[in-house]
Amino acid sequence: MSDVQRPGADWELQFVIAGCVEKRLPIEIVGSGSKRAIGRPVDGVVTITTASLRGISLYEPNELVMSARAGTPLSQIEAELAARGQMLPFEPIDLGPTTGGPQGSQTIGAVFATNMSGARRVLYGAARDHLLGVRGVNGRAELFQAGGRVMKNVTGYDITRGLTGSWGTLAALTEVTFKVIPWPETSVTIIYLGLPDNLAIELLSAAMMMPVEVSGAVHLPAPVAARLNHPGLKTLNKSITALRLENFASAVAGRKQRLKETLKVYGKALELEHRETLEFWNELRRLSVMPHNRQTLLWRISTKATTAPKLVSAIKRYMPAEAYYDWGGSLIWLEVPSAADAGTAEIRRVTAIHGGHAMLIRAEPAVRAAVEVFQPLSPPLERLTRGLKAAFDPAGILNPGRMYANL
Amino acid sequence: MTLSRMPEPDRAVLDRRDSIVKDLEALIGVDGVISEEEGRRAFEADALTAYRQAPLAVALPRSTEDVSKILRYCNQNGVRVVPRGAGTSLCGGALPTADSIVIGTSRMNRVIETDFINRTITVECGITNLAITDAVSAEGFFYAPDPSSQLACTVGGNVAMNSGGAHCLKYGVTTNNVLGLKMVLVDGEIVEIGGAYPDSEGYDFLALVVGSEGQFGIVTEATLKIVPKPESARPVMLGFSSCEAAGQCVAAIIGSGIIPVAIEYMDRPAIAVCEAYAKAGYPLDVEALLIVEVEGYEDETTRLLRDIVDIARSFDPQVIEASTSAEHSARIWKGRKAAFGAMGRISDYYCMDGTIPLARLPEVLSRIAQICAEHRLKVANVFHAGDGNLHPLILYNANDQDESNRAELAGAEILKLCVAVGGCLTGEHGVGIEKRDLMEVQFSPSDLAVQMRIKSVFDPGWLLNPGKVFPLSVLEASGERPAADQAA
Ligand SMILES: Cc1cc2nc3c(=O)[nH]c(=O)nc-3n(C[C@H](O)[C@H](O)[C@H](O)COP(=O)(O)OP(=O)(O)OC[C@H]3O[C@@H](n4cnc5c(N)ncnc54)[C@H](O)[C@@H]3O)c2cc1C
Repeated sequence: MSDVQRPGADWELQFVIAGCVEKRLPIEIVGSGSKRAIGRPVDGVVTITTASLRGISLYEPNELVMSARAGTPLSQIEAELAARGQMLPFEPIDLGPTTGGPQGSQTIGAVFATNMSGARRVLYGAARDHLLGVRGVNGRAELFQAGGRVMKNVTGYDITRGLTGSWGTLAALTEVTFKVIPWPETSVTIIYLGLPDNLAIELLSAAMMMPVEVSGAVHLPAPVAARLNHPGLKTLNKSITALRLENFASAVAGRKQRLKETLKVYGKALELEHRETLEFWNELRRLSVMPHNRQTLLWRISTKATTAPKLVSAIKRYMPAEAYYDWGGSLIWLEVPSAADAGTAEIRRVTAIHGGHAMLIRAEPAVRAAVEVFQPLSPPLERLTRGLKAAFDPAGILNPGRMYANL
Repeated sequence: MTLSRMPEPDRAVLDRRDSIVKDLEALIGVDGVISEEEGRRAFEADALTAYRQAPLAVALPRSTEDVSKILRYCNQNGVRVVPRGAGTSLCGGALPTADSIVIGTSRMNRVIETDFINRTITVECGITNLAITDAVSAEGFFYAPDPSSQLACTVGGNVAMNSGGAHCLKYGVTTNNVLGLKMVLVDGEIVEIGGAYPDSEGYDFLALVVGSEGQFGIVTEATLKIVPKPESARPVMLGFSSCEAAGQCVAAIIGSGIIPVAIEYMDRPAIAVCEAYAKAGYPLDVEALLIVEVEGYEDETTRLLRDIVDIARSFDPQVIEASTSAEHSARIWKGRKAAFGAMGRISDYYCMDGTIPLARLPEVLSRIAQICAEHRLKVANVFHAGDGNLHPLILYNANDQDESNRAELAGAEILKLCVAVGGCLTGEHGVGIEKRDLMEVQFSPSDLAVQMRIKSVFDPGWLLNPGKVFPLSVLEASGERPAADQAA
């Protein structure tokens, strides 16, 4: 890393990128850099940080909308929202701790650039579902905007959402506008103990087929549950299958009874009241059960909930693995021993058989440079991917190689 | 109402009409191609009926493979293609050109798979929106986006337009409910994007394709989320003596932390027309009527309606009527749901679709009244108030050319107003040909360039759904078509 640029205004960012376009200098875009340890390492000659693009430019609590400059720390956004009894619906996950970085250092731009959503996604949708508008500069040094600040907007193609999950390879965002929601009055967590993976996923699915609006549905096999910080839960030596309800108090109480009635065949349920519920899900949000560890790698696999346990046991035939299931089972965080190829061949083959996609989240830089970190694409998708990249960044200077080699 | 110009048809293609029809028949069978005048006329317009143009021919594929064959052929022969579902587009999205093949999806309407445990359904693109909910309702589920046209419109059209509905305040619009798509690209290649699992791999192509107005490819299958149906849903009617009071009440409800499933707004002229038609029991002496619906278990909806009525009382409502039974709920909704039909019985109307920040509602409504008065036209407003999506209905006589043109001009001014107050040209109906020439009001040249280059990625020759979305002048000046990208 060499030259670090800290533009403080859209035009400055545009100016810096224009200079790089002219000299063909590759750029690495970082927010706070909290996810730098993820993805393929970027060879940037110029580093552009959004750290000086800070501040909340619009907040209308009565319209559930906020705009912020891309470098605004997530912690600041969440504090402002909390002061008005509101929150981000998708509970963005913090990968800092698990990748060996600091906790809570994410920027709002990076949250959308990586589309990293947390447990509440099962009810409200992903980060991408809540992004309403963006401003940014592409690899042609053009300043552009897309979307807007209103909830419903189909004017032109949906570039806004199309940029989520592009990891800074299409454009550097300078401002994002997104939808927020009110904090629920209260919450509860219902926990079932000792279920094997397949029964646990069956339980989570049964709960989510009911109109009780489950807002968190996770399963932690016993060895993973033992890593929790929660003093009561970590010492049980049992798997933990947890459901969260959030609503006004009487609705939470009524729905909890309905759930417990339907799920009673799975055993007796423990309950975490509101404050403990906040702590439990905050812990999961930091991925505390998959702590940083140089001896292991971390994969993130997206699949159908009902196939998830089979997928995990299929991988276990090839290597030791610990899984933590989120999103009712449709998201697997998988920890496997370090290996030069990160277990890529087996993990990708098994995932292909069961349907879904896998991304390598944590590995040493040498490993990340050597294997395909993001899911390889089908030939037509790859062709479209190259086309899209060229449309935004024809010289290939924005985060080159971050998602795919030669792109 | 014919101010938008369509691109010139390609003479050479028109001259080859007979041989093109023969080739298509050879590809998908004689019964899959409509070529005679009368048959083609049935496809000459969508719900923006002022614009009409019969296509060169119509192809009715039965499978993804059929679609692939047709597109490969059209691409090789430089023939333009217009995808079409049910033709309920209100923006001319499915309007053909004289040299284009319409690909109609009506024969592709099967449910392919329902998976209640994972809460997904996979369907062919020509199935109607309502048929999806019908396929899952016995098990207690529904498909959330519910455009008022849901009896007729297809999921392919919904995907192309990113359609919304009355319930999208809570459940989101089409893009929030699509997990995967199968699509045929312009060269006939079949691509699968996403699937029955969360997050599509790589770039978010689902996001780009949903809302691409039939210009990126032909969607043949969709995997969608289905949602468990709440035990009960109940509306309350709130009548106010001013639109300010109604607008403030909406803001206060949302600000209080309650997110209703729907908040619908009607102004005095709209109330009168709907009431005359549907006998819903609407008050005729209020300036604004809100229908606020909440859902959940029986005891919860009772409590939520009580909270909403408490909030409303601070805004001095003239009328408060909470639903007490399923029949009562149906009656309250009947008028609003019939709004377009009711209006259509008394006059031709032009339905606008801008979105505004809610706080600007009073000033926008008074400006709309002023604009229409200046053009000597009447207007009625229905409005998805929870998300700021306005539907001013401008009344006019379609047989009077001058009045039609005035309606179109007034509509354009209203949409410019929506943009000026921080909103947008279209909240759910799409750009099509109708709002195409206003795109420069909302977007700068570089904003539009970014969009047009994406079109070129999917369709380098710009053969798919020509003449829509971008002003022809901008397109012609951009040099964007046909070569995909010369830079680098
Ligand atoms: C009375 C009435 C009420 C309405 N209410 C609403 C409402 O509440 N909310 C709302 O959002 N809209 C509403 N609409 C608008 C309209 O119904 C929607 O835009 C709908 O999604 C169009 O679906 P369709 O099948 O009729 O598509 P069409 O009108 O046939 O086509 C619409 C667009 O989709 C493209 N298209 C169609 N099928 C495909 C495919 N398989 N692949 C690629 N592109 C395709 C076409 O090229 C065209 O650009 C309403 C319309 C009417 C007439």
